[in-house]
This record gives sequence, structure tokens and C-alpha cells, in this order.
Amino acid sequence: MPTIVVDVMPKAELLDPQGKAVAGALARLGSSRFSGVRIGKRFELTVDGAVDDAVLDEVRGIAASLLSNSVIEDVVGIRVQEEAAR
Amino acid sequence: MRIGVVTFPGSLDDRDAGRAIRLAGGEPVALWHGDHDLQGVEGIVLPGGFSYGDYLRAGAIAARSPIMTEVVDAANRGLPVLGICNGFQMLTEAHLLPGGLIRNEKGSFVCRDQTLRVESSSTQWTSAFTEGEEIVIPLKNGEGGFIADTETVARLEGEGRVAFRYLGYNPNGSVRDIAGIANERGNVVGLMPHPEHAVEPGFGPDTRAAMRSGVDGLRIFRSALEGVLAA
Repeated sequence: MPTIVVDVMPKAELLDPQGKAVAGALARLGSSRFSGVRIGKRFELTVDGAVDDAVLDEVRGIAASLLSNSVIEDVVGIRVQEEAAR
Repeated sequence: MRIGVVTFPGSLDDRDAGRAIRLAGGEPVALWHGDHDLQGVEGIVLPGGFSYGDYLRAGAIAARSPIMTEVVDAANRGLPVLGICNGFQMLTEAHLLPGGLIRNEKGSFVCRDQTLRVESSSTQWTSAFTEGEEIVIPLKNGEGGFIADTETVARLEGEGRVAFRYLGYNPNGSVRDIAGIANERGNVVGLMPHPEHAVEPGFGPDTRAAMRSGVDGLRIFRSALEGVLAA
């Protein structure tokens, strides 16, 4: 069954305390080349049936209305991941 | 005067909110998230807690509960609606209040008796205060940083819709020290601190007069009760 992957990230201009904490840990562990870390969310929606434009439209709607909150986050990617590709 | 308190899966302070309503002189009515019935209440409190374990985003799933259809309708009709902490998060997720709440700036959970300045007495939940009055009520949250775009913040400030502001210390990095806001009509108010924990002598924050004697939260509930009586 195909899977649709939706990626959501905190807005670039907002402080991401989780990312900041991980960046701090990396620096302590000696990985000093990374100047920043941001943490987002990945949703995998398994589709019962084929993925057509109607399904993708529905996912765009869900991504905007439920999976993300446009005040604090951006949907940065919606893509179909076929089973063979996994 | 009957005020409903909605219990969601993961609500923690629903009983405290009910108790506060009773101590303020009202009659609390327990409402259930899965119902489509407000039981004829004249005001609604969305209590604090961690509905759905803060999964997805704090308050996001609860804001889409069955009863929220009725809560949104009631709010749009002018019924007083108060969101405390997780309830405030729900009100923003339900688009009854603008902006959003994100993880505290310093990343840690904060629990303290918090001084606030009441910035507006023209909301249905702050009418029993004098503008500029300083109050102390407990605050306890991990995701209490209020944010909104510059235009929204300017509108909130310009229209006098910042109801409460943190005083002395901003515990979560909220923009312009905002602790609570109101909608345009002033019937919907959300705040991160917990007024229901400062309603009874012996169990509230310390005051100069005596330990744990702070009851500043009581007037938030009295404001709505007196408003309903006067209407």
C-alpha cells in the first residue's frame, strides 16, 4: 500500500528549544561543525488504495488543517512513497 | 448560575475548576468532551491538563472534540468561555483566540506563583478587577510561550485585548510578556496561569498577610458570574 509522507517544521523565525538542546548536546560531544539543529515532524499516512489527485488534495487539506498549525508551523513537504522505495 | 467545565481525556484541573466556580458562588456542571450537549450552561471553562498527552500539538486533538462544535457556537453567541492553560491552547487551536503557544523558551517545565498585571477589565472574565491591578496566581506549564505574528500582536495591544501580562518575570518567553488574551467581543479569554488554584485560603499562593492565603483567582470566576447575573 502506498504511503504519503507529510513533513512539518516549526516556523523558521521561531525559537525551537528542542533543536537548541540537541545542538548544545552535539557541541558537548565534540561535533562542532553543526551550527544549528531544528526538529520537525514526519507523518506517514498509509493509503488504502491508489493515490490519485483527489487523495493528494485531501492530504493537503489535512496537512493544513490538522497536522500543522499555521501560526507556529509550516508544511514543508508532501510526497508519495511507493512500497518498493522503502 | 450554571458554568460548565469540560473534561477531556487527560484533563487534570477540571475538578479544581468546578470547585473554584462553586467557591465563587456558581454551580459547576460537568460536561463531557464526547457529547454534543452543553446542558444549558451559561458559561464554559476549558480546564488545564494534558489532553491526549499533548500529542500532535498541545490542545490540538481536544480542540476537535465533538463538544467543541457546541463550544465554538456558544462562544460566537457571546457565552463567556474561559480557557486555562491546556484550555487556552485549545482555544487557539479552535481559532477562537489568535496566536499559538509553543514550548517554553528555556525548554523546561515551570511551576511557580506568578505575579500578573490585569491589563483589561473589559472582558467578561476580568470585569471584577481594576485595570493595572497586580495579582498572584500559580502557573505550571511546559508549553506556555505565547506567539503571534507582529500584526496580530499589534492588534491585540491596540484593541486592549491583552487581558493579563507577566510582571517581574516572564516564565516562558511569551511575546510582550503576554499571559492571557481575549477575543474581540471580550467573552472568550485564555490564560496560561491557573486561577482555580488561588480560590481558597490555606491552598493558594503566599501573601504578605499569611502563607497560602492568596485567593486572587476567585475574581476571575466572579467576573463571569456577575456578568451573567447583570445581563
